[in-house]
Amino acid sequence: MALKIVVLAKQVPDTRNVGKDAMKEDGTVNRAALPAIFNPEDLNALEQALQIKEQNPGSTITVLTMGPTRAADILRESLFRGADNGVLLTDRAFAGSDTLATSYALACAIRKIGDYDIIVCGRQAIDGDTAQVGPQVAEKLGIPQVTYTEKILSIEGKKISVLRRLEHGTETVETSLPLLVTVNGSADQCRPCNAKLVQRYKYAKTPTEKGNTADQSLYESRPYLNLMEWSAAFVDADLSQTGLAGSPTKVKNVESVVFQAKESKRLSDADNEIDELMKELITNHTIG
Amino acid sequence: MNNLIVYCETENGVVADVSLELLTKGRVLADKLGCKLEALVLASGTDGVEKQIFPYGVDTVYMADDKRLEPYTSLPHAAILTGLFKEIKPQICLMGATTIGRDLGPRVSSALHSGLTADCTSLEIGEHNDARTGKSYENLLYQIRPAFGGNIVATIVNPDCRPQMATVREGVMKREIKDAGYKGEIIKIDIDKYLSDTDFVVKVIDRQIAKSKINIKGAPIIVAGGYGVGSKENFKLLFDLAGVLGAEVGASRAAVDAGYTEHERQIGQTGVTVRPKLYIACGISGQIQHIAGMQESSMIISINTDPDAPINSIADYVITGSVEEVIPKLIKYYKKNSK
Repeated sequence: MALKIVVLAKQVPDTRNVGKDAMKEDGTVNRAALPAIFNPEDLNALEQALQIKEQNPGSTITVLTMGPTRAADILRESLFRGADNGVLLTDRAFAGSDTLATSYALACAIRKIGDYDIIVCGRQAIDGDTAQVGPQVAEKLGIPQVTYTEKILSIEGKKISVLRRLEHGTETVETSLPLLVTVNGSADQCRPCNAKLVQRYKYAKTPTEKGNTADQSLYESRPYLNLMEWSAAFVDADLSQTGLAGSPTKVKNVESVVFQAKESKRLSDADNEIDELMKELITNHTIG
Repeated sequence: MNNLIVYCETENGVVADVSLELLTKGRVLADKLGCKLEALVLASGTDGVEKQIFPYGVDTVYMADDKRLEPYTSLPHAAILTGLFKEIKPQICLMGATTIGRDLGPRVSSALHSGLTADCTSLEIGEHNDARTGKSYENLLYQIRPAFGGNIVATIVNPDCRPQMATVREGVMKREIKDAGYKGEIIKIDIDKYLSDTDFVVKVIDRQIAKSKINIKGAPIIVAGGYGVGSKENFKLLFDLAGVLGAEVGASRAAVDAGYTEHERQIGQTGVTVRPKLYIACGISGQIQHIAGMQESSMIISINTDPDAPINSIADYVITGSVEEVIPKLIKYYKKNSK
C-alpha cells in the first residue's frame, strides 16, 4: 500500500565535538564555532522512512524542518538520501519557541501536508536532548505515538508493528495508522547520499535561496527542484501559540559550567610510579 | 489543591528507585512551598505499594489498580494524568526521565499546555521577575538542566502555566526516608471517567526485559572508558582491570556512540550519575556532560595521553600514558602488592 510518510528533522549545532573555542569569554555559546549538521537521530528516522518506502512501492517521503533559511541544507541532504520533497517552515514568529510552541508549529504544517499515514522523527535533538517534540506533535494531532523505536517491523494495511528499545530490554507493540514514531540512535544508520540523487537535486532551493538572481527557467522546467517554504500564516498558525508568546517555559538564566579544579598528582607510565600508586591505594584501602 | 505530585513508576508492585528519589526531593520542595506531597500510582496489582511510598513523607497517594495500566502504554496513562490534573490542579509534577517519563511527560504537557523541562539536574524554589512583562512571581520551580551538550546550565521557569513539570534521571537526586511511620491518605481514582476505547489502540504484544546485571550506580569502584580507548578490543582491557579490582565498567557518551560498549554503561548527564569511592577514567577527555555525572567520586584517577585533557583538572592522580600501556601495569602491580 502506498503510504504518505512525513519525516521531522532538525538542523542542529554539532554539540558532540565541542572544542575549546565553543564557549565565548562571557560564558555564552559561540554558535559560529559549531558546524550545523543534520540531527543524528533524525537520520535514523529518515532511514526507517526509506525502508517503509521500499517495502511499500508508491510511498512518498516529505521531510519537514523548522528553522532559518540555512536549514534547507538538511532538506537537500534528505533528497540526496532518497526523500521525495522538502518543506522548510520558517517565520520570525517562530523565534524563541520552546518544545511546546515548536510542536504546535510543526503540527500546523503537518495538517497542511495532510492525509499522512505515518510521521517519523528522531527521538531527540542533540542541542536540547529533551525528546519532547515527537510526543507533543502526536498529542497536538490527536494520534498515538510510539517512542524509542529500534525498528519498524512491518506495515500491513493500516496495521503496524514496532520494536522499541527500553532501559533493560525490548518491547514489541502493535497499533494502527496514522501514527507518530520516534527513532533511537541505535536503530539502522541512514544510507549515504546517492550520487545520482545528488546530481538530480543539487540545485534544489527554497524561494528565498533562489532570490531574483537564479535561473528561474530551470525551476519552471524542473519543478522537483523547488523546495517548499511555508510561513506561520500559510500553515494557519495562531500567533499566540508560537514563538516566545506560545512557550510556557522561559529561560531565567544561563551559566557556563565551571568545575572546582583539584591539585592533581602527576605520574608517568613508568613501572616504578605505577607500582608506588598501587601500594598507596592499597594502603589507604581505596582498593583491595 | 495546588500540591506537588510525583508520578511513581512501578513494575510488579515495586516502586522504581527514580520515583523514590523524586519523592525525597519532592518532600523538601513541598516543605518550602508549604504544600502537600502527593504520589500517583497507575498499575496492575497495587496492594501494599503505598507502604513503599508513605515513608518518604507522602501525604496523599492517588491510586488506580487495573490490568490495562501495566505494562505501560502512552495513551491511557496520559489521559488519566490529564484528566486528574484538571481536577486536582497540582502546581508541580515530577517524573523520572525514563523511557516512560520521557514518553508520558511531553504528551501530558501538550494536552494541558503546561511547560515541561527534561532531565533536570537540580530543582529549587525561587522568585522570578519577567523582564519583558514586568511581572514578578514567587515560589516558582527552578528547573535547572544542562543544555548544548552540557556546555551550559540553564535555569528554566514556567511562570504562568500549571503544573510546572520536570523530569529527572535516575541517580541524580538522593533517596532518603523521611519517617518510617509517616501516615498518608490513599485516594482510589475512578479511571474510567478519563478513558475511552481509543486510548487502548497500542498493544504490547511482546516484552523481553532482563534485569540488568550491570550495576554502575551502586559500584564502589568504576573503570570508565572514553573515545580515547580507541577500539572495542581495547575496551576489553577495562573489563580485565575491573575484574581484578572488583569494579564495574562505565563509559562516556563518545565511547557509547562509537559502539565500544553498551548504552547502559553510559555515565554523565545523558546517562547515569555515579558517586563511587574510586573512579578510573581511561582515555576520557572530560566533556562537561561527562564530568557532571562523576565529579562527586571520592577519588579520581585519569589515564590519558594528553597531559592537558580537561578531566585532569578534577583528578586526584593523572597518569600520562596510553590505556594499552597503563592498564596492564595497573593490573600487574595491583596483583604484586595485594598479596
